[in-house]
Amino acid sequence: MSGPVTTEQGWLRLHPLTPLLRSGRFAVAILALVTQQGVQQRPPVLVVLTFLVGVVSLALLFGYLSWRATRYRLADGELQVDSGVVQRRTRRVPIVRLQSVDVVRPLLARALGLAELRLEVAGGGDTEAPLSYLSEDDAHRLRSRLLALSAGSSAGSELDEVSPEEELLVQVPTRALVVSVLLGAPALVGAGLLVGLVVLLVVAPGAAPAVLAVMLTAAIGTVSAVVRRLLNEYGFSVAESADGLRLRHGLLETRAQTIPTGRVQTVRLTEPLLWRRRGWVRVEVDVAGYGAGGQEQEVTAALLPVAPRAFALALVDRVLGAAVPPADRPAPPAARWRAPLSARLLAVGVDDRHLVATSGVLTRTTDVLPLAKVQSLRLVQGPWQRRLGLASVHADSAGRRLSGAVARHRDTHEAEALLADLTRRARLARR
Amino acid sequence: MTGDALPLTWRALDPGLLRLRRVLSALLVGAPGLAVAVVAGALAGPLEGLAVGLVAALLLALLLEAVRRRFLAWGYAEREDDLLIRRGVVLRRTSVVPYGRMQYVDVTAGPLDRRLGLATVVLHTAAAATDATIPGLAAAEADRLRDRLAALGEARAAGV
Repeated sequence: MSGPVTTEQGWLRLHPLTPLLRSGRFAVAILALVTQQGVQQRPPVLVVLTFLVGVVSLALLFGYLSWRATRYRLADGELQVDSGVVQRRTRRVPIVRLQSVDVVRPLLARALGLAELRLEVAGGGDTEAPLSYLSEDDAHRLRSRLLALSAGSSAGSELDEVSPEEELLVQVPTRALVVSVLLGAPALVGAGLLVGLVVLLVVAPGAAPAVLAVMLTAAIGTVSAVVRRLLNEYGFSVAESADGLRLRHGLLETRAQTIPTGRVQTVRLTEPLLWRRRGWVRVEVDVAGYGAGGQEQEVTAALLPVAPRAFALALVDRVLGAAVPPADRPAPPAARWRAPLSARLLAVGVDDRHLVATSGVLTRTTDVLPLAKVQSLRLVQGPWQRRLGLASVHADSAGRRLSGAVARHRDTHEAEALLADLTRRARLARR
Repeated sequence: MTGDALPLTWRALDPGLLRLRRVLSALLVGAPGLAVAVVAGALAGPLEGLAVGLVAALLLALLLEAVRRRFLAWGYAEREDDLLIRRGVVLRRTSVVPYGRMQYVDVTAGPLDRRLGLATVVLHTAAAATDATIPGLAAAEADRLRDRLAALGEARAAGV
């Protein structure tokens, strides 16, 4: 391609192959719906053929119309997207509000050299402005421009080719990824379910089919979650560039995410039981506006699927721009009565820039919240806690999936002091 | 220094809300209780009717006490940099919402609220977990609070 299709006044069109890809999806959906009912009746071949041709051409026509109706441009510090055949929609996304930019390449699009650009803006329920599809070059160029604009680089960069240097920080080895996923909770649960299923079939072949069905469904669910995670986090690499962290991953559908510096709302470190002996940690981050939709995004929150603890902590320090304090204040002994299983792992740490809180029963999770991102603070005390002289302090961030950090089951006086302290520190951190 | 050190003046909700809740609980528990007592008295005898009536009265008294306590537990305080809201008897909650974090403020009033000149103020931040609702404010107070919060929020706005 010689660059995007241009229309008047700098408006750009999506890639001309877009209707093909999109309508393909649309047609498949319709066909799946219809065949479910149609198969039993066995209609004559001619009818089926006519129907197929009809659906495909209708989908193509609609795809073409929608392609023609869609245009975008970068102007006045906004990304402007017009779309919609029947209901017209014009969308203006202010670049200063930008939280992150992803370039996603589903398998089929990849084969055609296309990519989808996804923007996340704070406060949106959905991915705000998905541009699908662009040619890969266009997608990357647009992403660089958006990020450069959002970082407040010179106004001229709107026209320049911007591709900041980047430095590779880590490439997760496939072996480590596979081992780590297999040692994680979903894989173990899935394996346990499968073994249980086999044992049940051997020992009591006449067991209630309902039980077997439930176990099988659960097993399939966990196994597919494991496979999804492997596919998604395959070849994970983290690089640092002037406009933020660059994450690349995916086997079939590849994804290039950019998290602009200073946009991270919450960081979570997880250490499943079987990882702890090896000193492995998984790091997840949340950016405002991320992860509002479904499992797909749930998986992509990883900043680093697996890494040695020291390395992961160094990366977290880098992402947050300051050393994260250790969670060195354990919960009081009374907490054991309220949370017997997790009391052992409950601890908090505070400094001028972060709140760190750990919890968990088998898997230790550590939540790190930059105090500059605190949206609100809450002191919560249930009846049991009151009897034991305990209270919890919640610090809320704008993250969707990781919505802050909670100092659980602290001594009442300590919790009150912590609330006041965090309020003051958060106020200073915002300045 | 700043607002933290100042002695807090908690403001209570409008007594109209307590009245409304009392009337509602009397209607929802007292009236059916009375009806059941009358029916029991007619079918099984006056003693049984009296017993049922006493139980219903006891339940209503407990409920009214709970309503009163819940009402008294509510409070809010406007500090220099943030709004404090406390609530709850069994589950006690205190929220701190910095003015600069507010995305928008809602004032809502249902048909019953409007009758009694009450309104509810809800603060929204970028965090979904933020729990900042003040029910049962006199309409004028709700408007004053909304305007003040909006003004303060604008003056102290910080990026997400």
